[in-house]
Amino acid sequence: MAYTFQGYRRPDGKIGARNLVAVIPSVICANDVGQAICRQVQGTIGYFHHQGCCQLPLDLKRVTDTLSNLGQSANVGAALIVSLGCEGTDHERIVEEIRATGKPVDIIRIQELGGTSRAIQAGIDAAQRMVQEISGLQRETADISELTMSIKCGASDTTSGMASNCVIGYVADKLVDLGATVIFGETTEFLGGEHILARRAVGGETGPVGQCIYRIVDEMEKRAMAIGEDMRGGQPTPGNIAGGLSSIEEKSLGAIVKSGHRPIQGVLEYCDRADGKKGLWIKDSPGREPEILTGMAATGAQVMMFSTGRGAPQGFPSMPVIKICGNPNTYERMQHDMDLNAGRIITGEKTIEEVGEEAFALLLEVLNGRMTKNEALGYYGSMDIFCLGPVI
Amino acid sequence: MENKLALRVDDLDNVATVFANGITAGTEIDVRDKKGNTERITVLADIPYGHKIAVTDISAGSHIMKYGESIGEAEYDIRRGDYVHVHNMKALRGRGDLE
Repeated sequence: MAYTFQGYRRPDGKIGARNLVAVIPSVICANDVGQAICRQVQGTIGYFHHQGCCQLPLDLKRVTDTLSNLGQSANVGAALIVSLGCEGTDHERIVEEIRATGKPVDIIRIQELGGTSRAIQAGIDAAQRMVQEISGLQRETADISELTMSIKCGASDTTSGMASNCVIGYVADKLVDLGATVIFGETTEFLGGEHILARRAVGGETGPVGQCIYRIVDEMEKRAMAIGEDMRGGQPTPGNIAGGLSSIEEKSLGAIVKSGHRPIQGVLEYCDRADGKKGLWIKDSPGREPEILTGMAATGAQVMMFSTGRGAPQGFPSMPVIKICGNPNTYERMQHDMDLNAGRIITGEKTIEEVGEEAFALLLEVLNGRMTKNEALGYYGSMDIFCLGPVI
Repeated sequence: MENKLALRVDDLDNVATVFANGITAGTEIDVRDKKGNTERITVLADIPYGHKIAVTDISAGSHIMKYGESIGEAEYDIRRGDYVHVHNMKALRGRGDLE
């Protein structure tokens, strides 16, 4: 069976599930101006991160790359860069790279314009113009193979690995079989399960992809261990532990279930886009929501399917996040945040396949424009960029 | 009427996950495996929803097994029916404190 969805075709050929004007501060110091613009102009979202200055060059490049990739992602129809003027990121490169996709882009410079109030006025004028310019665009039919879905689990408990992650694994397998792209990450949550993933790598455990999986897990574990503490309490989190998860190994073995069963094609760095990549991929990323959701949206994912047991409510500014709840008690308490109840698998009312098909049907609806619960609530403001070095 | 049920994911597992509320010491619980076989175990401690119960005796230093894989190590001798969690098992990964 062929599956399609209705999306917004961009000048570079990509297809978006949303049609937003992105307000992109190039540095944390420009956030207040960006927020004032977003408060005033309908149809805008902002990427209010906390990076972009007094960082090592490697990290400044990561921030520039990530902001550029967010602006290039297909759910964004136009972009307004908000620059302070003295930041460490390359804001001119962000503008040039987004402009190369053919979508409207503009930049305001706070210091050059004469300060906050003038920049806010110029930004509102520019954002208003762009919203009007793109708001008449009509959705058109796209094949499901044009989809990149990201997956993630957060606020996990022991139901995650036995219900909600199984459902996402079912959807992931189905999408890969249909020629789409699926990306999972959370390298920290491979610890203890990396051998299972490495064996699923194209070329096997000893091939370059398998070896890369071992390497990124080793690097993540070493970074965490460098401080000389037991990771437990940080990962798994106190909430995970209260939910019954006793070790990072247990959390990982439950977490990797969401990647399904298909071969792993390769490993993407945090700043890599998934352009032209098909099948199942890993994104080397931490487990914390603001950083991994940013990484996934910057990869080019039009949507995320997110598993939770304890109840994670948050989304992302430009990427709808579908919450699949594995814990029937949590679903009962947090129905206004949870999109689908996979707890019916735990109670024995439904099979993984039955809830998996419900999740797939919901995915198509969301791609077509149905708002997720977090979108309808406007619960998508927190985001950040994963940097490796210190603030200096 | 709620089933007092725990699920054991893999045949190699020596713990199962309790999916019932109000499990206290002395309760009997049905542990079900993937094939639907159940065995009844007497619970030796209070176990919250979603937490683990030992389905065999586990000696100190042995691996705690779930999903057919090691999820850590028993710090003390654990009896069949005991509550298994951070108080009696430790993680073996991410242990910067042991370096």
